[in-house]
Amino acid sequence: MTHRIDIEAVSKSFGAVEAVRDVSFSLAEGEIVALVGHNGAGKTTLIKLMLGLIRPTSGRVRVLGGDPAADPAVRARLGYLPENVSFNPALTGRETLAFYAALKRAPRAQIAELLDRVGLSAAADRRVRTYSKGMRQRLGLAQALIGAPQVLLLDEPTTGLDPALRRDFYGFLDDLRAGGATILLSSHALSELEGRADHIVIMGQGVKIADGTLDALRGIARLPTRIRVRLAEGERQRLDGGAGWRPVNGHMLEIDAAPEDKVALLRTAMGAEIADLDVTPPTLDELYAHFQDRQREAGR
Amino acid sequence: MRTILVIARKEIQEGLRNRWVLATTLLLATLALTLTFLGSAPTGNVGASALDVVVVSLSSLSVFLVPLIALLISHDAVVGEAERGTLLLLLSYPLARWQVIVGKFVGHLAILAFATLVGYGAAGLALGLTGGSGLAAGWPAFARLIGSSVLLGAVFVAVGYLVSVLAGERGTAGGIAVGIWLVFVLVYDMALLGLLVADQGRTVTAGLLDALLLLNPTDAYRLLNLGGGAGAISGMGGMAEIASLGAPALLAALLLWTALPLAAAMLVFSRREA
Repeated sequence: MTHRIDIEAVSKSFGAVEAVRDVSFSLAEGEIVALVGHNGAGKTTLIKLMLGLIRPTSGRVRVLGGDPAADPAVRARLGYLPENVSFNPALTGRETLAFYAALKRAPRAQIAELLDRVGLSAAADRRVRTYSKGMRQRLGLAQALIGAPQVLLLDEPTTGLDPALRRDFYGFLDDLRAGGATILLSSHALSELEGRADHIVIMGQGVKIADGTLDALRGIARLPTRIRVRLAEGERQRLDGGAGWRPVNGHMLEIDAAPEDKVALLRTAMGAEIADLDVTPPTLDELYAHFQDRQREAGR
Repeated sequence: MRTILVIARKEIQEGLRNRWVLATTLLLATLALTLTFLGSAPTGNVGASALDVVVVSLSSLSVFLVPLIALLISHDAVVGEAERGTLLLLLSYPLARWQVIVGKFVGHLAILAFATLVGYGAAGLALGLTGGSGLAAGWPAFARLIGSSVLLGAVFVAVGYLVSVLAGERGTAGGIAVGIWLVFVLVYDMALLGLLVADQGRTVTAGLLDALLLLNPTDAYRLLNLGGGAGAISGMGGMAEIASLGAPALLAALLLWTALPLAAAMLVFSRREA
């Protein structure tokens, strides 16, 4: 797989504030990457660097083989959705998209198609002033999709979308990825990204603190998997004495299993008469909290 | 080139939508028509043609109004978009920053030119239709009035952009724009007049006066319109006789006053981090 974006040892300072410090990672063709971090962790700075809106203080940013700050043509193959996107309220949705399509030299036929895709066809000839937050966000998304970009940079894309739209939105992303697009999502809504992102980059205070697939990160973090069983009637005592099992709600047992003990513990559990079994791997939220704590300790 | 036109077209579209074009055109037309008919009443047999009177009164009006309108449109162009959050998205598109400035300039100038042409043109047309005497000789001066008014607008649109890329906030940009208007339109001339009176012609030579007049685009505009035949009936006549500036020099001054701030705005905008 070829790299679409390479961030090499990039640092960026704004005056005395170091927004991003020595960050490296790359994004491959056809993957969805989640850029995760608290407010001020440097997510938006990284996206602006990839767009060429700001230049790195040191290090190198390569997007689609070029330098986005020096060569605006690179941006023709990029789609961007800013955090809190806004448009001129006096123009209609269709006029707004027509303007952006003309700047990207995309065919006009795409406008109606995109409006339809984000469900704005009915409101296309109303002024943006009358749009709800969700509608503006959808218009922003339509704008990012103009010209079938090879790389999509989406800053907090699902804020303001209702659950049905969120599902549709992730549906689009899967279609786009199938078409070979690379998608970078920055988000706070970690649970939403679970199972959707192929690759996760965790940022904290301007530094990359973890980078890998969800499984790889789970391996590194070594967070326990929670196993919870509900025993059949009359079987309660069998696991009771077992090491580490805690009773929950009177009829369930729970244990936090380290990765290497997981299978053995599951076998033990299956040996008993059980009515139900739940295995919960560490969530992205827990992983994120873990990496953040670790970084905080390292920083001490 | 196409990018510039796309941006210009959007500025015009927005200008039409938020009624800027309509308001400016109506304002200029109303004032021009009023001046035309009030001004033409007493000219009967003074020897000045009705058109000359209109050129003098309209150019005196434009000196105040055109810079004000131009600064109002332009001071917000960059800082306003930055504050509303639309600039970041625009700059993420495949375009260079100078193209944004030039595109906006073309759009804003088109709005201003349309308003001037229609507004003042209406006055000229009304005058032509009512058929005053000896109009024919005045038309070149009238055409020059319209052309130079657009150029004066261009100067202040360019100055407004420079303010807009330098200011951190819309409010600051607005304040600076008002200050610039006051200085160029009112303060500068008063100060110059005070200097001439106090100096009594000892140190301020004709050459220095020329330079001082060229340093203010509104003075260059005044001399351009009031220096000719119309000068005899305007207060500027005497000044125009002392100043030895020809139309080419005045035009060049106005063009430079447009080009330099515009180039500076492009440079500052390209260097700054969004």
